[in-house]
Amino acid sequence: MTEKHITVDYLARVEGEGALRVKVVDDQVTDIQLNIFEPPRFFEAFLRGRSYQEVVDITSRICGICPIAYQMSAAHALEKATGLTPPPGVRALRRLLYWGEWIESHALHVYMLHAPDFVGHESAITMAGDPALRPLVERGLQMKKIGNHLMTVIGGREIHPVSVCVGGFYRGARQADLRAMIPDLEWGLQAAIDTVRWAATLSYPQFDIDYEFVSLSHPDEYPLNEGRVISSTGLDLALEDYEKYFVEEHVAHSNALHSHRADTGSSYLVGPLARVNLCFDQLAPAALAVAREIGFKPPIKNPFKSLIARGLELVQAFEESLQLIAAYEEPQPSRAAAPAKFQPGEGMHATEAPRGLLYHRYQIDEDGLITFAKIVPPTAQNLRRVELDLWQYVPGVLSLPLEEATLRCEQLVRSYDPCISCATHFLKLELERG
Amino acid sequence: MAELLVIGVGNEFRGDDAAGLLVARQVKACSLEQTHVCEANGEGVALMELWHGAEAVILIDAVQAGGKPGMIYHLDAGTDKIPSRFFHYSTHAFSVAEAVELARALGQLPGALIVYGIEGQQYDVGGGLSLAVEQAVAEVAKRVCEEAQALCTN
Repeated sequence: MTEKHITVDYLARVEGEGALRVKVVDDQVTDIQLNIFEPPRFFEAFLRGRSYQEVVDITSRICGICPIAYQMSAAHALEKATGLTPPPGVRALRRLLYWGEWIESHALHVYMLHAPDFVGHESAITMAGDPALRPLVERGLQMKKIGNHLMTVIGGREIHPVSVCVGGFYRGARQADLRAMIPDLEWGLQAAIDTVRWAATLSYPQFDIDYEFVSLSHPDEYPLNEGRVISSTGLDLALEDYEKYFVEEHVAHSNALHSHRADTGSSYLVGPLARVNLCFDQLAPAALAVAREIGFKPPIKNPFKSLIARGLELVQAFEESLQLIAAYEEPQPSRAAAPAKFQPGEGMHATEAPRGLLYHRYQIDEDGLITFAKIVPPTAQNLRRVELDLWQYVPGVLSLPLEEATLRCEQLVRSYDPCISCATHFLKLELERG
Repeated sequence: MAELLVIGVGNEFRGDDAAGLLVARQVKACSLEQTHVCEANGEGVALMELWHGAEAVILIDAVQAGGKPGMIYHLDAGTDKIPSRFFHYSTHAFSVAEAVELARALGQLPGALIVYGIEGQQYDVGGGLSLAVEQAVAEVAKRVCEEAQALCTN
């Protein structure tokens, strides 16, 4: 028996800490584990006993990249639990704030984290040193900066924004501040269209997987804050039924939970590819136009092509942000008044984080204190699927030199844009082969 | 007279990761002339934007570089490459080290950029500062104030 071991200590360009271990015996893959060794952070436990109004700010600390997602899912779930109804105008402003986060997150992933894999560079830093590729890096940085700025204008600051509350906003954004962003957003829209055109020129590994795609779906818009849970196998659920169909379990090698379908035990995929495939017709006109131009026809089943899906969603984010700002009126008041006492109750909600569906459920008592909290982040839902995809992908790269095989595995893992910070934080890759 | 920007980086809710922020606050309390002090959470693009156009910058952050807790590192970005593993504990895939190196590649580094690293001991959510890091924070704040005064009088 020959046993091979390939080890890379740190898989770079992902959010958080973890390791990938691949073992190969007699040219057969015998074990693949995505190890999340970052300690679990027990957010769900220390939310208990806190006021419902603190949850939005506490859960936004789970992630430096997608704090708005946590704020949105928490605010909506707790509005259901408390019965607080946000005033008119809040919905549109929340959607605009969320697009800001999508822009900064997708621009970071497409240009800084994923692009180097496709252009033969170690990192965006070495890309910046290459005159032919430097404009790409500059474009990605500028797009990300615009996303950050939009979040700052609405959220008070670009990371861990502080304006969102249960019932609305502590303070609505000023119309003039948003209108001042129009030239940047118009530039961003064109940059996003150019991103899709560039993404279409890249060479993608041949690798199709028969996924069950899962996302929110809304009859009138591209899914973001609201909708039903749908899947490519025909599921169509109210959010209240999410936990009947999707469950999490502990796996021995990971500090993150792995999700699967409760009824069939099967894995599923959330995120940009799922959304674009399931909700393609609801993309904004410019996104649809460029999708058609490059010949993008859903369903796309190649995880590497999630880069193109992120590009299309960047177009969506810029295009709809411009529409929202054109129609924007500052909500007055900006939030619902809270009663002194509450009916003890429960609320659950999911929104679409940049990386996929993010589910929260809370129970409160009559003082508005949290008695139960459950948070299911998108990366935890995808982890099992990532491992299964590696089982299929690794045999095809085993004949390659060690360094190349390792790089290919890292590239695949990066395709899912895993946010290990959310699932529990870095990824180490260890491939054993004999 | 030169203008100095002091940037404290960190997350005050994660134990010793608050070190950079606490140094910034101590420096700010000294009300130095020609010195601007700000806090950041380490997101790379925001950092590049913060120091854009600045003549001289001192950045302070907690690090995990394998030294003893409280150990102080002093790097001159003009001459030293910032190793990406240095700021190992950042939750951002694009953080301080990447921001410095990308700014270097794009020719966007400030005229002078000094990076202070303070070796952390624990980064638990809700954890306080370790004793060794608390002492290092005071020492780095003192050094930054001295550097600021020297810079401004030159």
